[in-house]
Amino acid sequence: MDVFSSLMDGFATALTPMNFLYAVIGVLLGTAVGVLPGLGPAMTVALLLPVTYALEPTSAFIMFAGIYYGGMYGGSTTSILLNTPGESSSVVTAIEGNKMAKAGRAAQALATAAIGSFVAGTIGTALLAVCAPIVVKFAVSLGSPSYFAIMVLALLAVTAVLGSSRLRGFAALGLGLAIGLVGIDSVTGQRRLTFGQPLLADGLDIVVVAVAIFAVGEALWVAAHLRRNPLQVIPVGRPWMGKKDWKRSWKPWLRGTAFGFPFGALPAGGAEIPTFLSYVTEKRLSKHPEEFGHGAIEGVAGPEAANNAAAAGTMTPLLALGLPTNATAAVMLAAFTSYGIQPGPQLFASQGPLVWALIASLFIGNFLLLLINLPLAPLWAKLLQLPRPYLYAGILFFATLGAYSVNLQAFDLVILLALGALGFMMRRFGLPVLPLILGVILGPRIEGQLRKTLQLSAGDPAGLWSEPIAVGIYILIALILLWPLLFKLYRRNRPAATPAGIPVTSGSSAPRDATGSHSHSSRSGGEPSDGDGDG
Amino acid sequence: MTIVVGYVPTPEGEAAFDQAIKEARKAQSKLVVINSSRGDALVDKRYAGETEIEGIDQRLGKEGIEHIILQPVRGHDAAIEVLEAAEAHQADLIVIGLRRRTPVGKLIMGSTSQRILLEADCPVLAVKAG
Repeated sequence: MDVFSSLMDGFATALTPMNFLYAVIGVLLGTAVGVLPGLGPAMTVALLLPVTYALEPTSAFIMFAGIYYGGMYGGSTTSILLNTPGESSSVVTAIEGNKMAKAGRAAQALATAAIGSFVAGTIGTALLAVCAPIVVKFAVSLGSPSYFAIMVLALLAVTAVLGSSRLRGFAALGLGLAIGLVGIDSVTGQRRLTFGQPLLADGLDIVVVAVAIFAVGEALWVAAHLRRNPLQVIPVGRPWMGKKDWKRSWKPWLRGTAFGFPFGALPAGGAEIPTFLSYVTEKRLSKHPEEFGHGAIEGVAGPEAANNAAAAGTMTPLLALGLPTNATAAVMLAAFTSYGIQPGPQLFASQGPLVWALIASLFIGNFLLLLINLPLAPLWAKLLQLPRPYLYAGILFFATLGAYSVNLQAFDLVILLALGALGFMMRRFGLPVLPLILGVILGPRIEGQLRKTLQLSAGDPAGLWSEPIAVGIYILIALILLWPLLFKLYRRNRPAATPAGIPVTSGSSAPRDATGSHSHSSRSGGEPSDGDGDG
Repeated sequence: MTIVVGYVPTPEGEAAFDQAIKEARKAQSKLVVINSSRGDALVDKRYAGETEIEGIDQRLGKEGIEHIILQPVRGHDAAIEVLEAAEAHQADLIVIGLRRRTPVGKLIMGSTSQRILLEADCPVLAVKAG
């Protein structure tokens, strides 16, 4: 009952008035950025990082967790009412959800999305509370070689599995690793990539990098594509579900949770693959297959549950191993470091109260989100009427303020603009943002583990595969890299067996959007003609 | 003869549209319906949707009025779009809907109808919602 008592202590911490207030702020902000296409929780957390330096870490992380979960809820509202996914993880929801809304069943679609998210989020968080300590127990026995292998796996998996173009993925990863290298080498004291500029010796601050890529890059991109025909929001009253909808929804919710949690926890996670798998499964198992493509409630319930369960799953490797599997988790990892908290298996031991308060706040946040989303979804959709010049002017203002306040150095603003231009170019040429951010954040940590491994083995590269787990992971990496080849062979032998569930456009754009951070999702549904630049 | 009407899916807009139909029938003239958006928000309630435009088209067809429906999205104010359309089609009359605005609202947002009233080269007929 160790887990239970720790969790209850966590609830006690998370329910203090101040922490509860931050949870409320977090879920409200998260829902707002979730509803707005182009803005995501990763960007919001990055923007808020400098603001929260003054806060107690527990409060800050409770707020961040609220933003993360809130983004998952908010995305579904936009998907259903506007047919433009608010988040990359709700791309699949838009397929059936919007059809339901057009058929006058928007209220039921919103209800099954919100309640399914709540069910999946709660089960997922419970699984997190149970699994994370077990993973920690296993992880403390791992040495540097295994850690190095796990991190390499995370980087490669995110780059190679998600996204339609491996070349673009690896290009983004390379950029990220290069940015992560800037500064003084911790072992030898050599300057790397500083170009004789003493201000670069400390390396690039992750807040500046994240804000530049997410906020400035996105703002420039939107500025370049500002004019577009307004979309029609489908009018809807208060979300509700009939008895039949409940009957058809609860199984997809549970199945979606089962898909979402493990995929969120895997290094190649993110919420996009499980939502897609859930959709295909529901389509195959449904008793009403004829309704798919015309607004089947299962096609909303399953994927929406999957993306929230994946969000909970993502927290498991983040808290237990210090391993982020998506952009928001990566920025949260950076937040841990900036508070001087060492993420990794020792986190549960050294920062127990914080971690358990965080997990408890996930339960609370989930409940709050159900309360604010179920009756208020149509209100949130009103946010979409905001003229985007005002919105992005505000974001740029906060981005600049935040980047400057990190070190109080004007030089950081130059870097902010330069990397913002890089973020714009990446969007222009369809480079996914996630590998870059993971490269920047994980790069130095990977290097640390690699150096440690080589020091222990006195420079002998055989030290890299001196642990059995490391060997197993390298085999896995080889499989991932060879997977497209195997898949091609498999398809050639059995061409009829491929699942042809998703319409071609969303099928091809969804994975790319997935890697391209939340920002890209706004283009997949809305502007099919934009294919040359963004895909 | 040509009449330009600024259309918005609101009571004022509908009133202006009804009046424009009356004027067009009386003068046997062509009607240019203009409904615009700056296009900088993802959703703009004042931009008519497909079904609304279809409804307008059908109604004008039934009345037997020669008409053009324009929906420019060029980042301009509605006032500019109406004035430009009036010039391009050599309008003899512009019909717009009026609504009450608070002084503060007018200060911040400006007034579309005031701009049309002051800058148009032809007579402007301003209609209030019934």
